[in-house]
Amino acid sequence: MKYPLIAAGLCAASMAAAEAPVLTVYAPDYFASEWGPGPGIEAGFEERCACDLQFITGDVLPRLLLEGERTEADAVIGLNTDVTLKARESGLFGTHGQDTSGLTLPIEWSDDVFLPFDWSYLSFVYDNTKLENPPTSFEALLEMPDDVKIVIQDPRSSISGLGLLLWVKSVYGDDAENAWTRLAPKILTVTKGWSEAYGMFTDGEADMVLSFTTSPAYHIIAEEDLTKSAAIFDEGHYVLVELAGKIATTDQPELADSFMEYVLSEEFQSMIPTSNWSYPAQLDAEKLPAQFLQLGTPEKAIFLSEQEANDVRDGALEEWRNALSQ
Amino acid sequence: MAKRLVPIKPVYGLGAVSAALILLLTLGTLAAVVTRAEGVSALRPADWAALRFTLWQAFLSASLSVLLAVPVARALARRQFFGRSALVTLLGAPFILPVIVAVLGLLAVFGRSGILSTMLGWVGLPPVHIYGLHGVVLAHVFFNIPLATRLILQGWLAIPAERFRLAASLGFDNADIQRVLEWPMLRAVVPGIFMVIFLLCMTSFAVVLALGGGPKATTLELAIYQAFRFDFDLGKAALLAVIQFGLCAVVAVIAWRVATPAGMGAGLDRTVERWDTSNPVLRAQDFTVLVFAKLFLLTPLVVIFLKGAGAVWTLPDVVWWSAFRSVLVALGSAALAISLALSLALLAVKLGQKRTAGFVEGFGYLTIAASPLVVGTGLFIMIFPFARPSDLALPVTAIVNAAMSLPFALRALSPALRDIENDFGRLADSLGLSGWSRMRLLILPRMRRPLGFAAGLAAALSMGDLGVIALFADPESATLPLQMFRLMTAYRMGDAAGAALVLLALSLCLFWVFDRGGRVDADT
Repeated sequence: MKYPLIAAGLCAASMAAAEAPVLTVYAPDYFASEWGPGPGIEAGFEERCACDLQFITGDVLPRLLLEGERTEADAVIGLNTDVTLKARESGLFGTHGQDTSGLTLPIEWSDDVFLPFDWSYLSFVYDNTKLENPPTSFEALLEMPDDVKIVIQDPRSSISGLGLLLWVKSVYGDDAENAWTRLAPKILTVTKGWSEAYGMFTDGEADMVLSFTTSPAYHIIAEEDLTKSAAIFDEGHYVLVELAGKIATTDQPELADSFMEYVLSEEFQSMIPTSNWSYPAQLDAEKLPAQFLQLGTPEKAIFLSEQEANDVRDGALEEWRNALSQ
Repeated sequence: MAKRLVPIKPVYGLGAVSAALILLLTLGTLAAVVTRAEGVSALRPADWAALRFTLWQAFLSASLSVLLAVPVARALARRQFFGRSALVTLLGAPFILPVIVAVLGLLAVFGRSGILSTMLGWVGLPPVHIYGLHGVVLAHVFFNIPLATRLILQGWLAIPAERFRLAASLGFDNADIQRVLEWPMLRAVVPGIFMVIFLLCMTSFAVVLALGGGPKATTLELAIYQAFRFDFDLGKAALLAVIQFGLCAVVAVIAWRVATPAGMGAGLDRTVERWDTSNPVLRAQDFTVLVFAKLFLLTPLVVIFLKGAGAVWTLPDVVWWSAFRSVLVALGSAALAISLALSLALLAVKLGQKRTAGFVEGFGYLTIAASPLVVGTGLFIMIFPFARPSDLALPVTAIVNAAMSLPFALRALSPALRDIENDFGRLADSLGLSGWSRMRLLILPRMRRPLGFAAGLAAALSMGDLGVIALFADPESATLPLQMFRLMTAYRMGDAAGAALVLLALSLCLFWVFDRGGRVDADT
């Protein structure tokens, strides 16, 4: 007598599980980790979609390109502007369908394939109790004494490292190699990724580290440590934008669309500052955490479109390598 | 000569299966990457520069590691003192540290604001400048001296006590013993060890960048990484990987030619007693060597301990869960590594002396010469049509980690197995010992030490590795090194230091348990 009931219960349970549609989103590891924005976003979206949002982490674009059209991703989040050309050429992405006129980016954005969800300015972060007279321009940085040591990331293995390469190229143009030559004696070392470099800075090994204008926010909010500042340069700062996109062949197009919509929602955007430690892509300044308003803000934003970045990249890399290999 | 040995038929089958698995993981994954390549792009001048630098730093690192390890191993071999076995275990730690932890530990000692520079500052000297080729070599020596020491020490311990007794009764002094016993032993073991370290240094790249000070210090592995991550040029990645394999093959052949078997013969497993080393000069020499080795290898570990100790108790639960997962992966990986190595070694012994060496070296080198990125990507390409790679994240990690520790396991097991068959094979044959009973009564008991060592090393190496998992990772099943990395990217450097300490402690524990397990009550 009991068994049919149990069987019915099992059936119902498995049907319920089968009915909740799954939205698969590829994301970089830091994004979906316990300490990134992922868990909050998953909970928030599942509340409104009656679905199961699953993050798959790893190297987003290489993985997507390997999988091609057979990918099970419905959407991706966490691409950078520097890889979008390759992503766009793959033809795997559909349009995001969102109105981007309300974005609060420091640059123009009218792309209908890649949707910004956060951004930050690259900057050199230093300890304001140790470094007197921090540089106020790139020129001043190059003029600093050689015993001020800086750690940067390798443009061949790191997005922020590549950003710096484009930043220098944008500021100095044909004179970029010379600028790198002048910077070279101050470069303590070049690391594979951001973590090693930042770890070396917080360990006191380097005086300045290539990071973001928003990095001090972490120290202020999470550690109540006011000693970290970002140097603000007159020539302007390179902007790194992180993007989301919808996969054209998704079998959950409505869900993917509503995820795109959610990305620009105030709920999503308000989670960004203190989980990704960057600026949200669409949130008015007064809604940011108060501490973000203490951060230094560059007057001018520098940004190369994916085509421009692609055109100058190889040449700039060669200049960088020559100057730093002396 | 060894052809008469036909102990356990099914084991040869297993050996063949293991060999096939290794080929699949190394050359198979490379072939999988090639199938997805769209043409081959030419190498740039920068790639050639990278190639030269790769070879040069690997040569320097391997030479120095081996040269410095010989006196340390000798001191450990001929001295008995309180805490010696703990020291031997601890000295193994640098080898199993995740790169990023080791680099920060080294910098705390040798960096601009490190202990050494601070001490130099007291006497008015400028700080050490660690960044450059010498920094890369220093880090590689730090990683590899422990490995070289352990493997050379095994060579020393494999000289039977009877040889030293005979030497003493013939009135040999220390110089005679060096010439007659120790030099032939070194001649047999050192080329292979040099080769392993050379290859390990060839495929290293994060440490090279961090301490190399800039793009002058670029290895082939970075070029492969760049081809994958930034250019998505699989053809170029595959081409670079082929070059890497080719170079390894050349160096492997050289090492194989140089090595000559020592032929120490069988002994009765008595405790080694040395009559030649009591003179005060040699004592002082060994003492100095050990003090320097301890300072060099243990100071960075102490720093890592001090940095992490404060954060360990407040680590979030997820870190402990990932530690638990890592231990499971490590255990699986150790079991697998032992099975692979033992079955390959049994197969190798059947193939005979000279060919054995070639076979063992060959398979061992194959897995270190393989670029972790190529292996990971190739596996992904192979698995993707059939299953969700993320679902297989942990098994794949265990298998790849096992393959990566194979060279060390083989190096520990195969000489031991060969000696057993040479020394006791005839007796066992005459007693009709074959099949599993030969395994159970003769081989396994006599191999407890190398088995324990190999399992310990495999488990510990598996704990620290995060090489191939990038494409497979799944947020729910992060291993401890990955979790540590996540903490760092979330600015939580303090917690990351705590996680690093947990990782270090667990790796050492695993190594100690296996290694000790192999030695407790062992008659050999």
